[in-house]
Formats: sequence, C-alpha cells, structure tokens
Amino acid sequence: MSTLIEAKNLNLFYSDFQALKNVNLTIPEKAVTAFIGPSGCGKSTLLRTLNRMNDMIIGTRIEGELTISGTNIYSNEVDVETLRKKVGMVFQQPNPFPKSIYDNIAYGPRLHGIKNKKVLDEIVETSLKAAALWDEVKDHLKRSALSISGGQQQRLCIARALAVNPDILLMDEATSALDPISTLKIEELVQELKDKYTIVMVTHNMHQAARVSNQTVFFLNGEVVEYSETEKLFSNPDDKRTEDYISGRFG
Amino acid sequence: MPIKEQLVSINQEASPFKNKKRSLMNIFMPKFLFICALVSILTTEGIVITLTTETVSFFQKVNIGQFLTGTKWSPLIEPHQFGILPLLFGTLMITLIAILVAVPIGLASAIYLSEYAPDKVRRVVKPILEVLAGIPTIVYGYFAISIITPIIQLIFPSAGVFNALSAGIVVGIMIIPMVSSLSEDAMSAVPRSLRDGAYALGATRFEVALKIVVPAAFSGIVSSAVLAFSRAIGETMIVTLAAGSTPNLTFNPLDSIQTMTAYIVQVSLGDTPHGSLAYGSIFAVGMTLFIITFLLNLLANYIARKYREEY
Amino acid sequence: MSIFQDANRKQIAGRRSIDVMLHMLFLLATSVGIIALSVLIIDIIIDGTARLQPELFQNFPSRKADQAGMKSAIVGSIYMLCIMAPVSFIFGVGAAIYLEEYAPKNWLTKLIQINISTLAGVPSIVYGILGLALFVRMFGMGKSLLAGSLTMALLVLPIIIVSAQEAIRAVPRSRRDASFALGATKWQTVARSVLPSSIAGILTGCILAFSRAIGETAPLVMIGALTYVAFLPDGILDSFTVMPIQIYNWLSRPQADFQELAASGIIVLLAVLLLMNISAVFIRNKYSKKI
Repeated sequence: MSTLIEAKNLNLFYSDFQALKNVNLTIPEKAVTAFIGPSGCGKSTLLRTLNRMNDMIIGTRIEGELTISGTNIYSNEVDVETLRKKVGMVFQQPNPFPKSIYDNIAYGPRLHGIKNKKVLDEIVETSLKAAALWDEVKDHLKRSALSISGGQQQRLCIARALAVNPDILLMDEATSALDPISTLKIEELVQELKDKYTIVMVTHNMHQAARVSNQTVFFLNGEVVEYSETEKLFSNPDDKRTEDYISGRFG
Repeated sequence: MPIKEQLVSINQEASPFKNKKRSLMNIFMPKFLFICALVSILTTEGIVITLTTETVSFFQKVNIGQFLTGTKWSPLIEPHQFGILPLLFGTLMITLIAILVAVPIGLASAIYLSEYAPDKVRRVVKPILEVLAGIPTIVYGYFAISIITPIIQLIFPSAGVFNALSAGIVVGIMIIPMVSSLSEDAMSAVPRSLRDGAYALGATRFEVALKIVVPAAFSGIVSSAVLAFSRAIGETMIVTLAAGSTPNLTFNPLDSIQTMTAYIVQVSLGDTPHGSLAYGSIFAVGMTLFIITFLLNLLANYIARKYREEY
Repeated sequence: MSIFQDANRKQIAGRRSIDVMLHMLFLLATSVGIIALSVLIIDIIIDGTARLQPELFQNFPSRKADQAGMKSAIVGSIYMLCIMAPVSFIFGVGAAIYLEEYAPKNWLTKLIQINISTLAGVPSIVYGILGLALFVRMFGMGKSLLAGSLTMALLVLPIIIVSAQEAIRAVPRSRRDASFALGATKWQTVARSVLPSSIAGILTGCILAFSRAIGETAPLVMIGALTYVAFLPDGILDSFTVMPIQIYNWLSRPQADFQELAASGIIVLLAVLLLMNISAVFIRNKYSKKI
C-alpha cells in the first residue's frame, strides 16, 4: 500500500485566522521530508493536519483535500484513532508518561486491544531496538521513564510511536530541546528508519534539514513557497524568498 | 525478519483507516459523567424548590410583612408570633463581633506572612492556620463555653452564662484563617515588580505593605471579608452552645440571644409535626438565611472581579 | 555629603521605628491564632484525658457519666463515612472529569460551574434542611443513616469537585497529546493517562472533604440523628448518631462530669481527624514526585 501523501488546495483556518493558504504538495514515501521556514509560517500546522491533531483546537476549519494513499483523511470515511495509529508523532519536548519504560511502549498496543504479555514483550523489544535504545535500557524496563536522560526519553518516545506500527512518522522539532550529541544520535536513527517509514520532520534548523532529508519544503506565511530535492533547494533554489531565508537574510 | 514486517504480523488491521471497534465505555462514559455534573444543578434546584414551596405555604398562614418587621419571635409558645427581627439581630450582632475580631487579625496575619515573615516562619505558621481552619465547629463551641465565657464573666460580672460576646469572639477566631489565607492570596497576586519599585525608592516594609500592596490587593481583601461575613452568618454550633436560645432584640452583647441558625437547630431537636407552623418556620428562616448568604457570596465575587486591578 | 542631611536621617529613623513597631504588631496578630489553638488543645487535654478509658469506646451513652461511652457515635460516624464516601466520590470525580475533559464551552457548562461555586458557599445547616425535606420526608427514608449519609454526600460534593478539577487540570497538555497521537480515544486518554496522573491530588481532596464531614454537626441534627442512641444501627434505615452529636449532647448537660466526657469525646474526634489529615498529606507527598 503506497503511503503517498498529497495536499490539494489545502486551506486551514483557526477561527478567522488563515494558517495555511492553498497548499499543494506531494510527500514521497519511505523518505525523509523536511519542513523549514521562520516561526509561525505554518509548518507545524501542516504537520499536525497529517494526523489531525489540530482537530482538538476549537474553531479549526479545513478546506481542500489531504490524502494519504488516496484516501482523504478528513472525510467521514476515516476514524481518527485508526489514522493516528498509522501516522505517529514525536513532539518537541520529550513527553514520556510517568510510568515504567515498558509501560510507555506497551501503552499504544494496549490501547488497540493487545493484551497478551508475550506479544507485548516482543513489541517492546522490537520497538526499542528500532529506536536504538534497547541496549541501554534492556535491564531496566521496569524503571520509570522519567529517570533516563532527555535524549533517551526522546528515543523512548520514538519507540513508543513505532510500537503501534505506523507507516508514517511525524517529528515536530523533535531535537530542538536536546543536546548536540543526542540530536546526532536521533538524526542517525532517522536515516535508519527511512527505509521502512515515511518521515516528515519540522525543523527550525536548516542545517539539520540539509543533513538529514531527501526533500525539503520551504514555508512562509502559511504558503508553500517551494519544495524540491534537498540538494537542489539548498544549492539552487527557484524562488528568491527561499534563497533569502537560506542565506540568513531573514528568519 | 526485518523489524517492520515483524510488527505488521503482530498488529492485524482490516482496512486502511476504518476500524469499527467503538467500545461501550467510550459511548456511555461521557453520558454518565454528564449526569454526575448535573447533580450539582439538581442539588441547587433541590434547595431552592424545597425552601420555596414550604416557605410559600408558611406565608399563606403567616403575614410576610409581620415576619419581616415583627420584633417578637415566639413560634412555640402562645401567642404565636413570627417576627424575625430578633433572630436577625442576634445573627448580625454575632457576625459583627466576629468580623471585628477576624478582619484586623486576619489581615494583619496576612500582611505579616506576605511581607515580613522569613520563609522558615511562613512554613510553620501557614500549616498551623490551616489546622485552625479544619477544626470542627463543635470543638470551637466547647472552647467558647469552657474558656471564653468564664473569662468574659470575670471581666463583665453582669454577663450571663449565655452571651453573644463569647460566641461572637469564637466565631471570629474560627474565621481568622479564612480572612488570612484569602487576603494572602490576593496579596501574593500583586507582582513583585510593584514592591521592588517602592523598595528601590527607600520605602520601609510597612510603607510598601500599607501603601502599595494592600491597596493593590484591596478588592481581594474586601472580597475575603465579605466571604467571611457570609460564613459567620451560617455558623450554627458555636452559637447554639454559647449564645443561647432566647430570641432577644438587643444591642447589648452580654445578653443571651438566638441566631437564625440556632433557632433552626432548636426546632429540629424537638418534636415538630409535619405541616405545623413550627415546621414551616424552619423553612422560612432557612430561606432568609439562604438568600442572605447567597447575596453576600454574589457580592464577594462581584467585588473581586470588578475592582480587580489590572497589573 | 549634602545628600544625607541630618534632618532627613531623623525622618528615616522615625519611619524605621514605626516599621519595627508594626512588625511586632503584625507578628502578635498572627500569634493570636496560634495562641488560641494552643489554649484550646491544652484545655481539652486537661479536661479530657482523665476519661480516655477503654469504657469510652466500649460503652453506650448513659445517664450516668461514669458508665457513658461513645461506641454508638464512633460506629455511626464510620457507617456514615462508608455510605457517604463512595457516593460523593463517584459523582464528584465524575463531575470533575466531565467539566475538565468533555464539557463544551457553552452556557450549560457555565451554569454548572456557577452552581458548584454557589453550593460551596451554602451554610451546612441549609443542606440539613434539604436533607430533611428530600431524603427524610419525600423519599421516605425517615431519620435514618441513609438519609444522613446522602445529605453529607451532597454537602461535600462541591469540595470534591473543585479539588478534583484542580488535580486534573494539573496534568500537562503534553501528556494528553502523547496519548491522542498514539490513537487513543478520549475516554482511553482519560482513564489510562489523565486519571492515573491526577489520582493523588483527587484522593487528597477527598480525604480532606471527608474529614470535614466527620466533624459536621448541624446537618445531621436536622436529619434527626438522635442525640441519645444506646444501640448500634441495624441497617441503613435505622436511627443513628455520630461523634459530633454525641459531644453536643454531653456539652448541653450541666454536670461537670459530662463536660469532661465531652472533652474526651473531642480528643477522640480530633484524633480521627488528625489521622485522616496525616494520611492525606502522606499521599500527597508520596505521589507528587511522580508527576
């Protein structure tokens, strides 16, 4: 099943304020796409439309189409809970539950009805390995998730998101609260994960986008100014505004 | 097997984004929780309806004008008179004495804790005040009759074993924590920067407290006094034990009086047949009490909100 | 230096001594409460310890002070707690969850909140009047344990709702976001993430509310909790008494013996309350680190 994400004439309003203006975009599968742009440009807003997290903000209105694998995710055909199982999210501040490491990972599968302990054990191990955290915590699974370092907590959150077997992983400035070493570890992790998952990451750090992504999308004032292969966008952008942003003339 | 395939084989899904498994809890819980929340409305309605229906039928037998302006209250002894003023005056006298005790002391404590007290002192004193707030009123009643009344009788030999002063003082002590903590909340809401500005100009602590903080927190402080007033009006056990059970329209705090609340208790302890005038009088007095405290609480809220300084 | 003139210094010294005086005054005022509390406790201990015998707990009330005990009152308070606690907990916490997690921002929600703050300010005796009319008469429960317990449940309901709301509100948004992002439904997020995080604060608020109920006298007098109960309640529709009412009964008797008994009864009551408050603080401290 293809996990191609397509936005067609997508507009989003928070009550009277228009946060996304006529967004047209394709996001390829099994690759890393980065959203960049100055504060308040709409990149996080678009990210959150992908798993309908901004449904929770009162007064949100959507016009246009946003499809994943051909299904418009804003239609009545779609269960929000099932959508979020397929489209996972990691947040800017690591937000593990105040439970054990094991229970954090098992939280998602338990939500969706998995109770068998053996199955859960397997899922926990697999997810922690996928997030490159297994070796560091495998002897301490019952310890509180709050007892590990910030960088480890964020990898825990990635493992937790992977535990429900998503196809797409959204990362909302997931490394901006971390130290450089943890950031690097997560960037390496993203390179490993992209073979199996479609990854969309919002970052305010252009250099990170340049390092890590295959495709980059530049946002400004709620519009998509330009998107293309990362190398091209950073070395030879089409739009002058993109060039100004990249060269640091504003932002 | 690659990791992704392992996970797939564990979680089976039917169709892309549709999953019909809506659990019963998810449907029924919100409805049940809503009903829980409605209980609060039902309770208020219950109070209002109960009081109103019985009061209305009471006033079909007793003239409401006489009730509100009459100066004799003797519902159980012939001739039956239902003027509420003695009870109202009794309540007011106790409440005024209580406020005279509680507001200066409570406010001074609040100023001390907010502006003067070092952290260690505050950490000891605040819990003690909280303990004071948690003492049951019957214990305060004991305090009134076993300690305060004898002291008053020592100072004022004319005072009887039941007197308003004793009850008033103890009710005042009981509400000190309320005035103190609400005033302190109001004072801590005043931003540090206002105080710093004054200190930087060379003001002493009392000048900052009395000229800057108290005026800025004034609406909160007044609101706390009104709430304490309301609380004192509704107080029952202290006045039942210490103030007496003789409805008495007097301005002398050394006299024995009866408050509205004490009257209600007195009637309930006796045998009051359903439908009798005495039974109805419980509701009439109760309604008066409810209306007064309700209006006071509204006033307190209004003051706190309308006159709150915007920082 | 001309800036620091002597004339100015006198004025500053004057203001400083006022400051010192007022400091003492404010400190004195604060001590009034502490002094009153100490006097009260000392007096109770002096008067009451003599009669703190096993008979106090084993005997029923009696016309003779030497044979009187508060067994029926202690048992009555416990029974009342057992009925009141589950009822007020379920409806109180349920209402709090609804208001914090489910309620839309409309007029009905505002009305509910206004009702709750109104109820919190209603004198306890008015709850007694409500209980009398509603439970004792209209529902026909008579002057029973059930009527009394339900009345007290209504009394503590606003307190529980408010403290539960605060505890639930203290759970950070990020916790809920994480749960929703994993595909949880609203109820799943509440039950599996929000409630476990807030249960400590909720329990603390409940225990404090219950301790308030144990010390209340007036509403139960209205219900008809008898002041002289020389038996243990048979069922929930039986008559009963509670500790504060027993104390009140003893206090209204003129004999000095009964005054002493009342003091002993107060010691028992305060001991129970102390126990409850300590456990509330204990729970708060033990679980506050987890958040």
